[in-house]
Amino acid sequence: MKTKLLTSLLAGIVAAAPAFAELTFSSLSYRTGPYAANGIPLADGYADYMTLLNERDGGIGGVKTRVIECETGYNTEKGVECYEATKGEGVLVYEPYSTGMTYQLIPKTAADGIALHTGGYGRTSAKNGEVFRNVFNYPANYWDGASGAINHLLDVNGGNISGKKVALVYHNSAYGKEPIRTLEVLAEKHGYELSLLPVDHPGQEQKSQWLQIRRDRPDYVLMWGWGVMNQVAIQEAVNIRFPMENFIGVWWSGSENDVLPAGPKANGYKSLTFHGVGNEFPVLDDIKKYVVDAGKAAGAGDQVGTVLYNRGMYMAMLHSEAARTAQNMTGNSDVSQGDMIKAMEAFEMTEAKMVDLGLPNFGPSFKVTCQNHGGDGLVAVAQWDANAGAWNMISDYKQSDQSVVAKLIAEDSAAYAAENNITPNCN
Amino acid sequence: MPDQLIYAMEVFLNGLMAGVLYALVALGFVLIYKASGIFNYAQGVMALFSAMTLVGLMEGQVPFSHLINAILGTQVHHFGWHLPAVLGILLTMAVMVALAWLVQVVIFRHLVNQEPIILFMATIGLAYFMEGFGDLMWGSEIKKLDVGLPQGINLWIDETTFNIFDYGFFIDNLDIVATIIAALLVGVLVAFSQYTKQGRAMRAVADDHQAALSVGVSLSFIWVMVWSVAGFVALVAGVMWGTKSGVQFSLSLIALKALPVLMLGGFTSIPGAIVGGLIIGVGEKLFEFAIGPIIGGATENWFAYVLALVFLVFRPQGLFGDKIIERV
Amino acid sequence: MFYREAGDFKTSYQDDNQTFPIKFDRYRYYFVLFVAFAIIPFMINDYWVNAVFLPFLIYTIAAIGLNILTGYCGQVSLGTGGFMAVGAYAVYKLMTLFPEVNVLIHIVLAGVVTAGVGVLFGLPSLRIKGFYLAVATLAAQFFLVWMFNRVPWFYNYSASGQISAPERTFLGEVITGPETEAWAAYLVCLVFVTLSAILARNLTRGSLGRKWMAIRDMDIAAEIIGVNPLGAKLSAFAISSFFVGVSGALFFAVYLGAVEVGEVFGINKSFLVLFMIIIGGLGSIFGSFAGAAFLVLLPVFLKNVLVGGLGWPTDLAAHLEFMIVGGLIIVFLIAEPHGLAQLWRVTKEKLRLWPFPH
Repeated sequence: MKTKLLTSLLAGIVAAAPAFAELTFSSLSYRTGPYAANGIPLADGYADYMTLLNERDGGIGGVKTRVIECETGYNTEKGVECYEATKGEGVLVYEPYSTGMTYQLIPKTAADGIALHTGGYGRTSAKNGEVFRNVFNYPANYWDGASGAINHLLDVNGGNISGKKVALVYHNSAYGKEPIRTLEVLAEKHGYELSLLPVDHPGQEQKSQWLQIRRDRPDYVLMWGWGVMNQVAIQEAVNIRFPMENFIGVWWSGSENDVLPAGPKANGYKSLTFHGVGNEFPVLDDIKKYVVDAGKAAGAGDQVGTVLYNRGMYMAMLHSEAARTAQNMTGNSDVSQGDMIKAMEAFEMTEAKMVDLGLPNFGPSFKVTCQNHGGDGLVAVAQWDANAGAWNMISDYKQSDQSVVAKLIAEDSAAYAAENNITPNCN
Repeated sequence: MPDQLIYAMEVFLNGLMAGVLYALVALGFVLIYKASGIFNYAQGVMALFSAMTLVGLMEGQVPFSHLINAILGTQVHHFGWHLPAVLGILLTMAVMVALAWLVQVVIFRHLVNQEPIILFMATIGLAYFMEGFGDLMWGSEIKKLDVGLPQGINLWIDETTFNIFDYGFFIDNLDIVATIIAALLVGVLVAFSQYTKQGRAMRAVADDHQAALSVGVSLSFIWVMVWSVAGFVALVAGVMWGTKSGVQFSLSLIALKALPVLMLGGFTSIPGAIVGGLIIGVGEKLFEFAIGPIIGGATENWFAYVLALVFLVFRPQGLFGDKIIERV
Repeated sequence: MFYREAGDFKTSYQDDNQTFPIKFDRYRYYFVLFVAFAIIPFMINDYWVNAVFLPFLIYTIAAIGLNILTGYCGQVSLGTGGFMAVGAYAVYKLMTLFPEVNVLIHIVLAGVVTAGVGVLFGLPSLRIKGFYLAVATLAAQFFLVWMFNRVPWFYNYSASGQISAPERTFLGEVITGPETEAWAAYLVCLVFVTLSAILARNLTRGSLGRKWMAIRDMDIAAEIIGVNPLGAKLSAFAISSFFVGVSGALFFAVYLGAVEVGEVFGINKSFLVLFMIIIGGLGSIFGSFAGAAFLVLLPVFLKNVLVGGLGWPTDLAAHLEFMIVGGLIIVFLIAEPHGLAQLWRVTKEKLRLWPFPH
């Protein structure tokens, strides 16, 4: 008995040599802990898409995919443990879905030469590939999001929001503070008044902030929340009868989990997004057919088509297509960690490709280069229809204000390079 | 009337309501501490567990469905029924009584007469265990809790205050309901402890275990009863908070909100929990309103503790707590 | 028959008063040091260091610190997370303000800064006792976390509010930052742990330790016999916070490399270190090691067995982990309320008689 336990411990720790070639991906998921409600669909979407590739296509370029899932509970230390445990297994790209863990992993993955993809979160200035050689955050980042929100307000107001009051309700953490600098610069540029309302973790108690909103009567409220903070904020907004169409959340504050608890009154709540919403994509039908109905779904199979499920699936699609690009570039079906980084730096996503994959009009088209690891900052807005129980896109993809965002990215990445003695280069 | 004063009044009233919700959570702590000297770290997790059980029973979830599906390869998730809220609450209460009995028999009977910090640690172990167990039994996705409590702004107060002050106050219906329920709960608890035999036995045990034993009070029965009552209080708190924000892991963090209430009011006093809750609620909301914008907001978390700390410096046992008498 | 004092005569007071008077104990101690310093660094890899050894060593230092405060002096404190954050931010500011000075000196200075902060937040202990003090230290915890989040000077005005440890070397070997070799990080922490343990053991064996224990047992009686409660309590807070600050500095600089204060140094950290000393045994240096080992190693072991070995879904394994850890805590407490250190002491007592029954 003791030997069995010991061997199982050793087997678990020592990297097991795979019997035949596989493309290994990792899923640093949080199916438990304070953000489980959001982590579950993200992980399900990722795993289900990878399973679909195996079931429907026989893998990527004939090589089966393998997803190593590791439970982090959104805890940074467990994330480090998961990373150290799995990096020896040939994982091609890491996607931690947590800004805290991203900051951890940026230097570690740089030293170990493994790609890190932080799509729509993480360290925004990683867009500058000259400084962050192995970190990619396409298709959009938080500063694009902040600018995208202001763009939407400009659209709705005919291009002029001078004198309007905009309030930002944000999670009092590194994640929530991300958009502040961009919004402040944009406030000077467009003449609106910005007020900041931090909400302490976990955000279960937001009465004071929403009473203040009720008193100040801002024209628009932006939200940068995650986890229970989203549900409580939307519920409080409903309670104070704030007009929902003036309430815009970032893409992490715009999932079904966040709006459903508030019921029908949450109708009209808007959210930024960098990919398509809804159930009407051919690839989702394929997933239902090959994965869910075949009993191979990662979760209960009830999250297909939800916003976060689609996002996880989108990330899986981006990763698998990058692996395919690597296979085409090297001519081998086996992909090394170094190949993956080169492939991601040469990655291109076009509408034609997305149609082929069963995702017509699902996301923006973009091309990755050494200088630009973060896509073109194309952001759209979706709106919640409480009666139909679905999100609808209400705008096209529009680029963020690059004159503001690009400058801030250059500053921040230069500061990181200085602090860590990195010479920006492109080889 | 100047605007700021009117706003301050609105904040004051909302603070009182918030304080009631904190006091609800603190009550559970006080009950257990009074009767058995145990500081029950697991009270927050008990609130979460009871809320999850309530939702699970009402929605007809299959308990341990994830485990069963993983082992047997099936896909069962729901029984298919929907229970009305009252029935759900009664069944959940039965579950909490069973839990109280189990906790007593398995854990605390073996730890009689240990130091308070050991008992505290045992409740921490219990909290870990129940957290994992609750997630295993009912799943860790967020669940919506709807027992029919009204939510949203109270229109009558809005209109009346608008007519008087030219500014409609915002008082949430749910908070009003919570206040009424909390008042009823406290009234029932006080009546129970004053006028019934079991209640008197509970007070005897709280006073002196040995003496209560010597007059024939069954300690383990009283402790099971106290844990059940605390479980009921946890259920009420869980329902209130769960209605506001959905039933999920963060619900167990409401215990942290109750700790300053306990400090202020005293660990051993039921009226202390209420008064402490009100003071903390009003204090933190007014501080956030008045000084928060100057120093950047999000002060509620630490201000409650600092306020309680200041009170404690002048009155080390809390406002209503048992005076700490030390004999050398 | 080998664990005996018989035949082992001491000829000087120094020998008589040493920490390990029994020869077997001494040799065991030297053996453990030998293995730790000379054998493990050659066998270690990234995973073992980052997942097992570094957290274990760093939490041991924090546990030693909290044990001094809570186990020896009886002041329950839940502010450990906040004090670790002070250590981390202090070392960060020192590293970025004085990059030429050796980072090891910065770590010690960070401990000194934390000691100062600890004294400040320890002042209420002169008036407040028991669980009330525990909840009062939570004020320190929440306030410090809020302060590090709010005041941009602490994180050098970066846009995100996270701090990252720049790379630093010692004797030509990189010890902070991502290029650190596994064995280098391990040795740095091991040296700190050894020095901390020796320092703490000797402090608690001396008159200061006796003063702390007198305060813990009955502070009014202690005051009557001449122990100054102000001096004893504040020195306990200061020295305890020094260790906790050093552990926080190491946590940030050597182990994680980048922290976000709300998530890493939140209240969970405070409770975790408190659990470690209670499980390990209050008032025992060995207990700090044992408790830290228990709470660091057990979840990793369970994860590897359940997920790696048996292939269970990760969330089931995570839930079971919670249940097993909670269950084991309860079982340990019922079996031995005074913690693993007491189990160790009882074992040693039995060994001294073995093979005789009494």
